[in-house]
Amino acid sequence: MNSIRVLIVDDSSVMRKILERSLRQAGVELCSVFQAGNGAEALSVLAENQVDLILCDINMPVMDGLELVRQLPGVVNAKGAPIIMITTEGSESHVVQALSAGAKGYLRKPFTPEQVREQVLPLLGVKA
Amino acid sequence: MKTPGEMLGENASVHEGWNARLEMAVREVFELMLGCHLTAGKAPSEEAMDVTAMIGLAGQLCGVMSIQCGAKSSAIMASKMLGMEPEQIGPEMCDAFGEICNMVAGNFKYKIAGQSNGCMLSVPTVITGSDYRLHSLTDAPALELRMQFENAPLVVSLQIHN
Repeated sequence: MNSIRVLIVDDSSVMRKILERSLRQAGVELCSVFQAGNGAEALSVLAENQVDLILCDINMPVMDGLELVRQLPGVVNAKGAPIIMITTEGSESHVVQALSAGAKGYLRKPFTPEQVREQVLPLLGVKA
Repeated sequence: MKTPGEMLGENASVHEGWNARLEMAVREVFELMLGCHLTAGKAPSEEAMDVTAMIGLAGQLCGVMSIQCGAKSSAIMASKMLGMEPEQIGPEMCDAFGEICNMVAGNFKYKIAGQSNGCMLSVPTVITGSDYRLHSLTDAPALELRMQFENAPLVVSLQIHN
């Protein structure tokens, strides 16, 4: 697996660090880790940087994860990057909305490194 | 059909069922995200409970969930979440503790049948200091769990308003 560029979007800086660590524990080689605290910040990051994977919280201030996913098809630097939604609430309606809008998977917090591996690796073309 | 809040107020067995689910929700978050086991009961330590995380619930289930512990405990929790030494923990302490409360509330809601769609969570708030009292505007009962995190007290409470 080639090293990848990931964008982690979560309003908690602690959760962003946990997600980065979980990706590394899952065996994902990261060459660049971009972070954003909400959907609007994520769009600013994507205006300047191309990414290969996006991990995105749903519940965030300013612009939530669902709105970000809806806007991503128009973002050149996110083209082809699978989106995995991270949710605390496990709300079925949120998950359905996210998947309908283009997300490729979701992780419910709390999660294990194994669950991160199972979600992420297949989307990067690696057998989990 | 009764709301979950009505059921909580009127039916002791439902209350007990929710207590068990709340405990399971708390234990899962600590085991999966912090890699540690909580023990039940009041801790022998007299550590001041000076960090409180709170999160609001709105919709079908309306109320407030709070988690209280000492500053030393919350620094240890943050260090376990981040893979750092407790002495290295600074402003991350409040962020980590708020995130724990967020995950406990979300996990509890997920375990109450039918609540994952009809109940929303607020952004968590963390209060430091112990010289305050929390006043509820209703007489609704509260679920309260007294647990031990590394031999220090940890109190989780859920006040339901509807």
